[in-house]
Amino acid sequence: MAEPEGAKVMGVVTRLLNAAWVRPFLFLIFIVVLWDLTIRVFRIPAYQIPSPGDVVVVLITEWPELLRQSWPTTYATICGFLLSALFGIPVAMLIAGSKTVESYVYPLLVFSQSVPKIAIAPLFVVWFGFGIIPKVISAFLLGFFPVVVSAVQGFKSVDPDMVDLARAMQGSRFAVFRAVNLPHAMPAIFAGLKVSVTLAVVGAVVGEFVGSNSGIGYVLQRSIGTFDLPTMFAALVILALLGVVLFWVVDRIERLVIPWHVSQREIVFTS
Amino acid sequence: MNAANKSADVQSGAHLRLVSDRAAGTGASGITLSGVSKTYRSRDGDVPSLRPLDFHINDGEFFVVVGPSGCGKSTLLKMISGLLAPTTGEILVEGEKVTKPHGNVGIVFQNALLLPWRNVLSNVMLPIDMKKLPRDKFLPRAKELLKLVGLEGFERKLPWQLSGGMQQRASICRALVHDPRIMLMDEPFGALDAMTREKMNVELMRIQRETGKTVLLITHSIPEAVFLADRVLVMTERPGAIAAIYDVPLPRPRSLDAMADPVFTELVQRIRKHFFTQSSLD
Repeated sequence: MAEPEGAKVMGVVTRLLNAAWVRPFLFLIFIVVLWDLTIRVFRIPAYQIPSPGDVVVVLITEWPELLRQSWPTTYATICGFLLSALFGIPVAMLIAGSKTVESYVYPLLVFSQSVPKIAIAPLFVVWFGFGIIPKVISAFLLGFFPVVVSAVQGFKSVDPDMVDLARAMQGSRFAVFRAVNLPHAMPAIFAGLKVSVTLAVVGAVVGEFVGSNSGIGYVLQRSIGTFDLPTMFAALVILALLGVVLFWVVDRIERLVIPWHVSQREIVFTS
Repeated sequence: MNAANKSADVQSGAHLRLVSDRAAGTGASGITLSGVSKTYRSRDGDVPSLRPLDFHINDGEFFVVVGPSGCGKSTLLKMISGLLAPTTGEILVEGEKVTKPHGNVGIVFQNALLLPWRNVLSNVMLPIDMKKLPRDKFLPRAKELLKLVGLEGFERKLPWQLSGGMQQRASICRALVHDPRIMLMDEPFGALDAMTREKMNVELMRIQRETGKTVLLITHSIPEAVFLADRVLVMTERPGAIAAIYDVPLPRPRSLDAMADPVFTELVQRIRKHFFTQSSLD
């Protein structure tokens, strides 16, 4: 009697352990355990690497404060990311649509990417003060480039025969663009947006590093100053979570917008 | 020579004949090319693609162009659809000079080129959207065409759920939905396997008979050309020019058995010789 019952439980457990969404958590647990063991085995002092337990304690006790500080960062990230999309996609359209624009703008854009944002971030503080604007600009500058590069590639990879076909049906430039080029570029645009959203988090934090009195970047900065490593690690965990959540949101939107794409085919089949 | 005379001539033509016997047509219907040539400008100078061409395609005729790759066949097709301007000469479609896309053509390329985000029916409706014609008026026609090519029940499927042959059928429907006078087909079955290809050839002939469209089809396959065509235009290598135009005196409707007809084999042989002697001369 107990035998099959036990087997049943085992079956459920195995199924659960094999579920796709459980896997990253399992891996996370593995890393945390490894982290803890390394500290114990090599006797690494707490002022160099804090133990996972200490970090968890800080996460719990400081949760309200951490949550409060994560709003400005989230806000700046989202604003910067939306600006990247808002400017990146039209710029990519222009670059892909006109050889002249491309020859003028694209090399300069690539050139501008080799300028380290962290080096120029203090400049924004000088210009715009300690508010939200320097952070948004910093997030925007980091998030902008991947959107442009991916979208340009997306717009350019349209089959010219397909465009000819639509044009031969007397489609106006705009109609052809809306019916053919834009949907075709969507998967590439979303690939760029996904990279962009995680970089926007980095950008916002960089903005907070150089001049801000709020946000997770500010918490990081302050805790490093006081050698409060558990708080610093807790802040890193929050940032990672923020990146994951925003990435997931973009991924969800992608599924809604391009349900026809190869990467989403399972879903199409069931509908 | 007027158009009426000409079509009578085509029907009675039970013999093979070179183009030189035949003057360029000037009829108000069909497609007329007079002195049409195309030269592409590139950094290394001008690249002639097509030498001046003069020929006439009658209304409702199945006209096939065969030629080696790179002889400017696709250029020809783009010029007739109005996507590309000829360097010299002029093209008349239904008596009107072509200067820009006129929409009186349906195009089928080697790849079906269905939009992956539209289902079959709405892919077929693409020309209607582009031409801003009333959707509800053409929807029944689109469904009817899908039925004609045997795709009934696949309207809501996405392109990738269809086989290559089915996708190409859908693209034929798309070329016909806005009821153009002319169908331009650029190696439409080149990407299909041999068996599907033969089947599609028979299908295409049936569709052409039922719709009465003027068809200009480009192919690499000589047997395919002879099997389908009322007339076959043989092109020379780049820069393309007319080597010859042959009447195909096989009766219609044709079945695949026509390929065993001595007239068929003789004509295929004869056209093949063009390419053989050409390359040995080069």
